[in-house]
Amino acid sequence: MKRYIIRRFIFGVIVVWIVSVMIFLATRIGPDPALMIASPGADEAELNSIRERFGLNEPLPVQYFIFIKKVLQADFGESIYYGLPVAEILWQRLPASLMLVGTAKFISLSFGILAGVLAARRRTGFTNNLLRWFSFLGLSMPNFWIAMLLILIFSVQLKLLPTGGYGTFWHLLMPAFSLGWYFSAGYTRLTESSLLQVLNSEYIKLCRVKGLTELSVVGKHALKNALIPVVTLAGMNIVLMISGAVAVEMVFAWPGLGLLMYHGAIYRDFNVVQAVILFISAMMVFMNLVVDILYAYLDPRIRYD
Amino acid sequence: MESEAWKWIKEIWRRVPKVAVIILLVLIVTGIGADFLALHDPEIGDPRQRLLPPAWEAGGKWTYPLGTDTMGRDVLSRLIYGSRVSLLVAFAAVIIAGCLGTFLGLMAGFFGGWVDQVIMRFTDSWLSIPTVMFGVLMAVILGPGVWNIVIILGGTFWSRYARVVRGETLSLKTRDFVQLAKIAGCGKARIIWKHILPNVFNSVITLSSLQIGIVIVVEASLTFLGVGVPPPKPAWGLMLSEGRGGLLAGYWWLIIFPGVAIALLVTSFNVIGDWLRRYLDPFYRNID
Repeated sequence: MKRYIIRRFIFGVIVVWIVSVMIFLATRIGPDPALMIASPGADEAELNSIRERFGLNEPLPVQYFIFIKKVLQADFGESIYYGLPVAEILWQRLPASLMLVGTAKFISLSFGILAGVLAARRRTGFTNNLLRWFSFLGLSMPNFWIAMLLILIFSVQLKLLPTGGYGTFWHLLMPAFSLGWYFSAGYTRLTESSLLQVLNSEYIKLCRVKGLTELSVVGKHALKNALIPVVTLAGMNIVLMISGAVAVEMVFAWPGLGLLMYHGAIYRDFNVVQAVILFISAMMVFMNLVVDILYAYLDPRIRYD
Repeated sequence: MESEAWKWIKEIWRRVPKVAVIILLVLIVTGIGADFLALHDPEIGDPRQRLLPPAWEAGGKWTYPLGTDTMGRDVLSRLIYGSRVSLLVAFAAVIIAGCLGTFLGLMAGFFGGWVDQVIMRFTDSWLSIPTVMFGVLMAVILGPGVWNIVIILGGTFWSRYARVVRGETLSLKTRDFVQLAKIAGCGKARIIWKHILPNVFNSVITLSSLQIGIVIVVEASLTFLGVGVPPPKPAWGLMLSEGRGGLLAGYWWLIIFPGVAIALLVTSFNVIGDWLRRYLDPFYRNID
């Protein structure tokens, strides 16, 4: 077990390191970054002073070494656009992202589990098909389009919800729904298949023989076990949600990591972009690592692959 | 007398999800024949016909069935040309991603050892990078353009293929027919090309049909964010981003129709992909 954990951990570190090299190279292979930072029509002396200030006149490997050394000390450099340390901005924006993702998670999970349970209980029927199609549709609609449809209905027509911004519970509803819909399909499908499997097992038959009510059998005994893979998927999806929220955050002017990264890219504030992408990738790797180790702990067969 | 080919087509038709296939065929035909089907120029508008609502609304004209945008361009014509852009980008990106991923997966699975280690660590890193964000970054760096988007999407989506193909190559490698081919003196290249590649092909096709919907949505997202297909090209994501300006003024037809087009295309790919997964390979149901 110890060997397995160490091995996975080293793999994770290597993966994050490759990502850091790639992100670093990506921002350097393009046109001279100094040109992008400088105001248009800047002369050579001005460009040189910018190169000096951001360390762009060093050779690439040296630049990378300085970059990674700082990152290891949680220092992502300074934002050119905001004039603040990037790490500070990142921490400021994180709560908004987490709040959005948390609510979206809640919406998609509660819908997915409900639809999945209904689908597993009764295989056919009108309500069932409706729910299944509803979750399937979420897979095909870009989340920013759902966002605009919601604005059209609830802000423009019904005048119920604010069109964007951040602050109250009402600001949260539409962004969270447009982000969460996509993910509900996965939870529906997984809940359905996993619940079907559990309902066939011996202990559920025992519950039935004991004469427990259907609600107690499904809701209390079966669901507890059936939801383990669903919760795992939900945990692994958190990072995917944060990164998929770019366009939704843009539509609603929601000040999360997605919007931060988007503005960073548009204004050529590459320190911010590097930091956000690296941060999210590292989170992703960490999540996968935790899930892998948990599963290996629960099921010893996995350790010997 | 029915010909063999016709019988085969009928046999296939009996099994496919029909609505999805019809929608997809219609969109492909409109994409190919856009030059004949579109009533108006998709890129140059008529300034006298700005912001007309759809024909059935008060003030709409039947020469502009789905209305016009802020520059007086016909929404329907732009939609028709837009399907060409979407399909072109999606197919090209998936082909690039599929070839790249399949090649790397074959190499990793077949040769094992340090080749496998290096390729799989790269695959893992690519899988952990946030797709849309990395796409935005690369698009800003490479600059706007249809082919840049194709390259970015192709260069992002290969990792899934690599992982699936590697797994299958690993199990195929131990099978008897590969072992016998080795004994018969086949070279490595021949074993990979003639014996392993044909057997992973089904999974690659299935995965492609499932990936293509995601690729279309990501392309639309990048274009919507203003870093994908550049204006004035008629792309659905671009129409949505232009229509966003009229959102609060209630120009709903600029928002609804392009989105419906994307949703239709993606749904039909998803339905077909789902069907292919069940039809082509009952043994590998866990491609995700």
